[in-house]
Amino acid sequence: MKAVAIGIDAGSTTCKGVAINSNAEIIASLVQPVEPLIEVQAQRCIAELRQRCGAGNNVPVAATGYGRKRVGADRAITEITCHARGAFHHTGKAGVLIDVGGQDTKVIHVGSRGEVVDFAMNDKCAAGTGRFLEVIVQRLGVSLEDVAKRVEGTDRIVKVSSTCTVFAESEVVSLLAQGEPLDGILRGLHTALANRIGALAGRLKPDVDLIMSGGVALNSAMVKALGTTLGRTPRVVPQPQLVGALGAALLVSFVSEVPSPSSTPVPM
Amino acid sequence: MITRRLQYELAGRAVGPLLLTIERWQKKLKRRQPRREGPFGPPLESTQKLKELMSLHYLQGRYADGAVPVAWITSGFPVEMLRPFGFHVVYPENHGALCGARRMIPEFAEVAEKEGYSHDLCSYARGDIGSVLSGKTPVGRLPKPDMLGCCTNICQTVLYWYRSLAKYFDVPLVLIDTPYVYGESQPHHIDYVRDQLDELTVTASKITGKPANSETLHETLQLAREAAELWAACLATGKNRPSPWTGFDGFIHMAPVVAMRGTEECNAYYRMLLDELNDRIARGIGGIRNERYRLLWDNLPIWYKIRELSSTFAEAGCNFVCTTYTNVWADPAKDLDPAAPVASMARAYSNILLNRDLNNRMRIFREMVRDYQIDGVVLHSDRSCKPYSVGQIDLKRLITEELGVRTLLIEADHADPRAFSEEQVETRLQAFIEGFT
Repeated sequence: MKAVAIGIDAGSTTCKGVAINSNAEIIASLVQPVEPLIEVQAQRCIAELRQRCGAGNNVPVAATGYGRKRVGADRAITEITCHARGAFHHTGKAGVLIDVGGQDTKVIHVGSRGEVVDFAMNDKCAAGTGRFLEVIVQRLGVSLEDVAKRVEGTDRIVKVSSTCTVFAESEVVSLLAQGEPLDGILRGLHTALANRIGALAGRLKPDVDLIMSGGVALNSAMVKALGTTLGRTPRVVPQPQLVGALGAALLVSFVSEVPSPSSTPVPM
Repeated sequence: MITRRLQYELAGRAVGPLLLTIERWQKKLKRRQPRREGPFGPPLESTQKLKELMSLHYLQGRYADGAVPVAWITSGFPVEMLRPFGFHVVYPENHGALCGARRMIPEFAEVAEKEGYSHDLCSYARGDIGSVLSGKTPVGRLPKPDMLGCCTNICQTVLYWYRSLAKYFDVPLVLIDTPYVYGESQPHHIDYVRDQLDELTVTASKITGKPANSETLHETLQLAREAAELWAACLATGKNRPSPWTGFDGFIHMAPVVAMRGTEECNAYYRMLLDELNDRIARGIGGIRNERYRLLWDNLPIWYKIRELSSTFAEAGCNFVCTTYTNVWADPAKDLDPAAPVASMARAYSNILLNRDLNNRMRIFREMVRDYQIDGVVLHSDRSCKPYSVGQIDLKRLITEELGVRTLLIEADHADPRAFSEEQVETRLQAFIEGFT
């Protein structure tokens, strides 16, 4: 089926793109590490998506994420509005969306029409964001792919008290020097991050569906840590990294106000 | 002394007005560039007068020390007590706002930080101390004080800030301590503050060598009350649809009621501004061209971003029709009583917004949201103003739940751009605006 819209999410860590058809299904997608020249990378992504689904230049493009204004798209929409719209597409009802990205952690109260009712975000630092885990895990010499396995394979939680990326890094170094086990420290880091996100989520209504998107949602250990902190595990939407780009494409295409039955959230 | 007094009077009455007349003529002679069609309504004509009034105030200030007694005081200090003694009054916070708008605070703050003042202190305090230590100011020169006046009704930081100034200038510091008001102020609170005001009279008399003059105090109170009433009337014009000005205009036009309260020049200015605002209402002229959504701003402005922020909102049809901050100088109108000057000032200055509890803050939000027909509230969590910012998360929740309007909390600093994260604030603002459209 033909592409009706393209969405580009030029985030702080990765650049994501989707093309959707008139049923609001993703027919092509890509995820790439973000490059310094966002405008060049975004144009290359758009061209690739057009080519992969045979879309012409008349297919509208919407951009979101921190680089949204440099993409040269038909519309630039904030990631808050796009994530809400993308997540609503999967759930079809009001809920609280937790999106943990590279630079921002957003807790968005999504209304019954997919609109943003309210949102809360992290302070202007890396505490409580994907960057926090990325920096420290890198410092520990663990690959991001192995993190969840290591955390889920240990019962030990070594307490990490700081969520400041700079302070936590030195705290972790000193914990290692004290002979604390690496996996236990990793689990402690997940708990510290979950507590930080939990404090944000606590500002929003507690009695609605809890859903999760963003790259960090791919880390099952983080989802479980959040579940422990919040008292209920958030449901991760399919392809959580693409939710912002999907929302952007939906908002520029005006298709599918009704969620497709194939995109029911994956129960945890 | 006589020469200095002559310089001071000449600056205020002859040289200043002459320079301003020349500047006005130069502007008239300059070929006018056709104005770009922007999101704003026609500019307020009073703004030119405001610039002249404040320029004259600061120009005269350059020659004040040695000519007349000079006091540096906090924005919440009962200035009416000082006017009868002929003080030239300097407001470091007003000066800080000016430095903030001109983006000079980082330069001054760094001087203070090098002297050991923590960067977690208020940026007005760091800016002022840095300005004093470096001798730099955008207004040419600030006169050396003979007395410092500090009132704790706005925060406790001012006490430590003014203590530092007192040590530096080696001049007396008068402290007016106002107990925090939970619910309503109690008679013993008022008595306690009134006693301190009586002591202030004695100190001011000692410093100036002039006796207290109850008649002049009575007249000053009348002027101050009228100033607050005029300012309140100006702010209330924002209740109209469209509002004839913007809340950001209010931040600029509040300078005289802060710095020149209790003088006839101040009141003459607000009569003129009020006439212009009423005229704009009669002619249907708005502060922005296409007012679709009406917003309320809480806390101090972000002085170095006023222009950008107002444009972002105006382009989306959003107008800040009222702000809790500008209202602080309208509030005392009901409490000031020329018949009982000292007791009424004790009450008025105890009842300042930041000296009262969150229930009072919520009452003000409730009234403003209703009276100004507000669609959304933006709360500026100001790193430099802790008393204003504490409780904002609870207030935000209450506003959303009880008043049913959309809210946004942004983090910034009123004068130090180093504590401002441009991209993150812009994303939050854009998302908030997208929610309306």
